[in-house]
Amino acid sequence: MEFTGADLIQASAFLGAGIAMGLGAIGPGLGEGFVGGKACEAIGRNPEEAGLLTRTMLVGQAVSESTGIYSLVIALLLVFVV
Amino acid sequence: METVFIVKAGQYLGAGLAMGFGAIGAALGEGLTAGYANVSISRRPANSPAFTRNMLVAQAVAETSAIFALMVAILLVFTDLSPRGLCNWAAAIGAGLSIGLGSFGSGLGAGYPGAQAIWGVSRQPETAGTMTTTMLIGQAVCQTPAIFALVIAFILIFKDFTGLPSWPTSAALIGAGLAMGLGAIGSGWGGGHAGGAACEGFARQPRLRGTLMTTMLVGQAVSQTPAIFALVIAFLLIFKDLSGIPAWPYSACLLGAGLAVGFGAIGSGLGNGLNASSACTAISRESGAAKGMLTFMLVGQAVGQTPAIFALLLSLMLVTVGPTEGNLLVTMAMIGAGLSIGLGAIGSGLGNGVNGGSACLGITRSSETSQGMMTFMLVGQAVGQTPVIFSLMVSLMLLFGNYSGVATLPAAIALLSAGISMGFGAIGPGYGNGIVGAAACEALGERPDQAGLLMRTMLIAQAVAQSTAIYALVIAFVLMFVV
Repeated sequence: MEFTGADLIQASAFLGAGIAMGLGAIGPGLGEGFVGGKACEAIGRNPEEAGLLTRTMLVGQAVSESTGIYSLVIALLLVFVV
Repeated sequence: METVFIVKAGQYLGAGLAMGFGAIGAALGEGLTAGYANVSISRRPANSPAFTRNMLVAQAVAETSAIFALMVAILLVFTDLSPRGLCNWAAAIGAGLSIGLGSFGSGLGAGYPGAQAIWGVSRQPETAGTMTTTMLIGQAVCQTPAIFALVIAFILIFKDFTGLPSWPTSAALIGAGLAMGLGAIGSGWGGGHAGGAACEGFARQPRLRGTLMTTMLVGQAVSQTPAIFALVIAFLLIFKDLSGIPAWPYSACLLGAGLAVGFGAIGSGLGNGLNASSACTAISRESGAAKGMLTFMLVGQAVGQTPAIFALLLSLMLVTVGPTEGNLLVTMAMIGAGLSIGLGAIGSGLGNGVNGGSACLGITRSSETSQGMMTFMLVGQAVGQTPVIFSLMVSLMLLFGNYSGVATLPAAIALLSAGISMGFGAIGPGYGNGIVGAAACEALGERPDQAGLLMRTMLIAQAVAQSTAIYALVIAFVLMFVV
């Protein structure tokens, strides 16, 4: 099959997008799960502090989300910009 | 090029794959056993001969799977397969992948019962007599996947492929090797965890040996199922009549089928094993809970099996209704479909297993929570199933897509990449949701009065952990439909 240099670049960008988003989603999913798990454990032990613990959980998860958002941004860039 | 060179090259590559991958698991498992033997001897130096003997027996069982790999590698190095047809280059690589990857889980898994048996005897020397038997039964079951892998490797080496079309037969043989090799990892590994926990529990509560053995064997049997799914697909791929089918895109369907069921079996196999392991630990912790434990474990395992069943279904669809004609777009879409559900099933399978296991542990804390715990576990598992359902959706869309457009390289790669994005992207959220659900079940066991608060926290945390799977789904859709 025939393809040009531009095709090759475009194809690589698409493959890169899939790899970036796919692999990039592993860490945040696991990390946020770990945070959530520990928060449930902590609330079970000290339910009075549920509000504080939920807030801390969400802040922690938000930070751990960031790498997933970086992956999303790069994947979108690879698909639509380059 | 002449057949003999191509086949020889495949054989040597296959031998390398067999021995390289095949050496990992057994060595890890043996190291684990020896490590615990050392700790146990430092605790009771007087028993060192007994511990050393036990260690060597356990290590010998773990070694078996590596010896299978060695056998296949030697066969591949010294037999000339070229008289049995050109396709034997692929058969040799498939055989190497099957036994190489397939012996990892069994080798590593066999280490857990060994380690826990020695450790257990050092804590309860009076269990020494029956501990070795308990250990050997646990190890024997987790050896099964490696035996499946050996059977597939032997069939691939000794079957005659003369006169068959080079493609798609070659794809079927490599697909069979991938299916069985990858598909054996989780079941062997998970079965080992269950065996280890049964030995540990026996040391803690010697009078519960019978209950522990039953739970272990039932749990191991369920965690063995994904490997059987892989075995079925491997047989189907090897013995399917492929005469008259054009090479492409059907070759991609066969490879995709192997990838789907192979990767898809890992999570459920390991997860269900971990579930059984927690059930054994729970029984030894609170003997009163033993009665309902088996039901609890089986409900959790049934849900944990779903991702592997999705993968099996898609794999069967690729083989039976996969397109036999089409362009490069179809070819890449079929590989993408296999990767999406295969990889995507890993996280949810593992996560659901961990979640179910913690529910078993949770009911031992306060027996009156049993009903609430079941609800908790099922809600947590349902949310944890979402990533694999996304993956299944993407796979089905790729399988049944409309590929009438122009087949350019970028468009074809975009379809493959959609599968990669969704497949890998579902691993983390699937497992992460399981970790949250697991912790919520254990917390409920501690504080049954806080069920509402815990449920809310669990769902919020799972929703956040889900987000990256949704990003992966969005990117997969963009790659499939927008570009």
